[in-house]
Amino acid sequence: MKIKIKRYTREPEIKEATLEYEVDLVDATLLEVLNEIKMKQDPSLSYASGCRSSVCGSCSMRVNDKEVLACAYKVQDGDLVEPLKNVDVIRDLVVDMDKAYAFNQKAKAWQSSLSKGIFLTQEDEKINELQSDCILCGSCYSACPVYAVNGEFLGPFALTRVWKYVSDARGSDLASKIDNIQSNGVWDCTLCNECAIVCPQGISSKSDIEKLRAKSAQHGYMDPSFGSFGGGFGFDGSPSF
Amino acid sequence: MKSDVLIIGAGGAGLVAALHAKKSGARVMVLTKEYPTRSQTCMAQGGINAALGNAGEDSIAAHIQNTLKSAHGLADEDAVKLLCEEAPKAVEWLDSIGVCFSRTKDAKIAQRTLGGASAPRACYAQDYTGLKILHTLYDRCLAEGIEILNERYLLNLITNDDEYNKPFVCGATTLNIRTGEVETYESASVIVATGGYSRIYDKHSTNSVGSTGDGIAAAIRAGARLSDMEFIQFHPTALKSSSILISESARGAGGHLLNSKGERFTNELAPRDEVARAINDQIQNGEDVFLDIRHLGEDFIDAELPQERKLAKLYENIDPVYDLIPIKPVAHYTMGGIEVDKNSQTKLKGLYAVGECANHKVHGANRLGGNSLLELIVFGMQAGVNAAAYAKSFDKNIDVQEQTQQANNFIAGIKHFTNQIDFYEKREFIGNIFYNNAGISRDDMGLKAVLGAIRQIQKEIPFMGPRDKSKIYNTNLVEFIEFGNMVELSEIILVCAISRNESRGAHYRSDIPTENDMAYKAHTITWKDDAVLCADFME
Repeated sequence: MKIKIKRYTREPEIKEATLEYEVDLVDATLLEVLNEIKMKQDPSLSYASGCRSSVCGSCSMRVNDKEVLACAYKVQDGDLVEPLKNVDVIRDLVVDMDKAYAFNQKAKAWQSSLSKGIFLTQEDEKINELQSDCILCGSCYSACPVYAVNGEFLGPFALTRVWKYVSDARGSDLASKIDNIQSNGVWDCTLCNECAIVCPQGISSKSDIEKLRAKSAQHGYMDPSFGSFGGGFGFDGSPSF
Repeated sequence: MKSDVLIIGAGGAGLVAALHAKKSGARVMVLTKEYPTRSQTCMAQGGINAALGNAGEDSIAAHIQNTLKSAHGLADEDAVKLLCEEAPKAVEWLDSIGVCFSRTKDAKIAQRTLGGASAPRACYAQDYTGLKILHTLYDRCLAEGIEILNERYLLNLITNDDEYNKPFVCGATTLNIRTGEVETYESASVIVATGGYSRIYDKHSTNSVGSTGDGIAAAIRAGARLSDMEFIQFHPTALKSSSILISESARGAGGHLLNSKGERFTNELAPRDEVARAINDQIQNGEDVFLDIRHLGEDFIDAELPQERKLAKLYENIDPVYDLIPIKPVAHYTMGGIEVDKNSQTKLKGLYAVGECANHKVHGANRLGGNSLLELIVFGMQAGVNAAAYAKSFDKNIDVQEQTQQANNFIAGIKHFTNQIDFYEKREFIGNIFYNNAGISRDDMGLKAVLGAIRQIQKEIPFMGPRDKSKIYNTNLVEFIEFGNMVELSEIILVCAISRNESRGAHYRSDIPTENDMAYKAHTITWKDDAVLCADFME
């Protein structure tokens, strides 16, 4: 089986190349194939990995232009493996996640204060069970066309994590949470659904953003693209609901 | 860069310690060789123990008793008492910061039974308990503005001598993986929270590739003592071909273990050491062993064990709703580690340790499922508070120049190793001989043969080395240094296992299958004297 891997190095100068590797593995995950190449053929091949079981979020990359976790993707002959998009590549398939992670800080994706004596029902628990499965693999930032053109957009996982805390029965000070995601936040998303398609945990940041929009409306915010028309009609005269 | 408390490792233990050191007023710095949420903690599935009695009658006394029984005389009763008494508060704190625990019908935190427990005691979040705890801790650290530096790999702890010629820890040297440069971090106190060493068993381990015992190896090199290093827990149910963990909660919920004849052969809910041995006996007799959860039904499996179903499909091409899951026991948790006292402090002044890398003597010879997540909360709080208090009264001058230079020389020198021997092959070889001879069942001859092989590998290390000589993000180099740490710990594990001429908990000697309290109801302590490994039994 042959696969192609996009290689990248900055040392001694920036160099890019797509190299082909032949491996003798059947029914193998991409991570197993990468390990085989690194140990047997080319120790300089660089990629991140951890748990091998899709919970640590280390080995996100792209295969044939689609985001995958290397540990959860079964390799096909001829696959092209590349690093995530919309992020600085450090070397080969390793990217610098610091900037994407910093959006969690900017978006204040945490519980505002420690809760006391609040009892959650099974219904309460189900509200954000899925959102709390996020593994911060960054696939959603790679796939997001808004983030691709606006590097300040808070982005899919940060907004999903805000929704997790906003929707939680233990949450408090929701107004400031909502205030904080208005600019470069919920209204910048085009609801294209790319983030949901690539999420290995089945989370839809798109629908979390829609829910945050509804909450924002409850807090008196409206879609800024409707300007002072107050909803009802867009600039182009088409009705919106 | 200077801090009051330097924390190495950003898994559950490190983050809890960071939050509590910061709360105590300390300037905190956290270093991790990965990113915080990629740590081993995210792989914990089963739950966190606390005698809340939400799903059936339970008591702190029963929690203590179960833990002590499983520890086979090697636990410190006061430490276990503290662990179990603090457990309800630990879970309450996790609930208060937003951990999404599963709930009962009457709006309480749901609990389930794990092996060796007399009651449903493990609080859980589906089978993502560790993941959800770790991410919530990370979010909390963001809220508190805790500084975390990613992709810094620990090389050594820095020590200085005080006016009485006694060493104290005052920082660490690291390799910045992204730049390839050595960086030095000065600090009044250091907390090691770097995790365990199960990856010595290589592909025969459930653990993340990062569990290479770096902090433990650095601690003994710096002058700390290790204890009970021969006690390594084998999880009974890992997927046969990939060693991926299938949570104990699958058996807690009523899953059966079957051999090739379809017969049950053991009590599935006995402590892990017993179940792992029973499975190993079957495998030695030529049987294949399977976990059967088909009778639990699709709805239950999807609600309570969604991750298990996904992983079994991916790695074994079977669906546990309809098929038997092929399993084998593999290395899962290391009970041994850096010796600490009741304050999480090591024998080396200024150095604290917490989590799997530390030995708080609560697990003894065999850890109970659900007690490790608990340990990192209870002792993480303690380590953070105590390290901060120590740092407050710290008034010494620190000199890091010489040890920074040594670290630079080490990184430069290692790239000149000759590469006549492939360390990846040796790493796999060590994993195999450890699994077969220093694993679930051991004997004197096998252990000594492995020790001989390890001593040979130690001599061969200069003929190995990274083949990649570049600076930026050189994972070949990092993996080689990790390999060096694992070889260092391998020798210690073997020396301890050979010295302990008895069977106790996870340390099972087929040549001496009985417990011998007269001679060995004691901790195996190891340390380095002028770089020479020393070992002794101590109460």
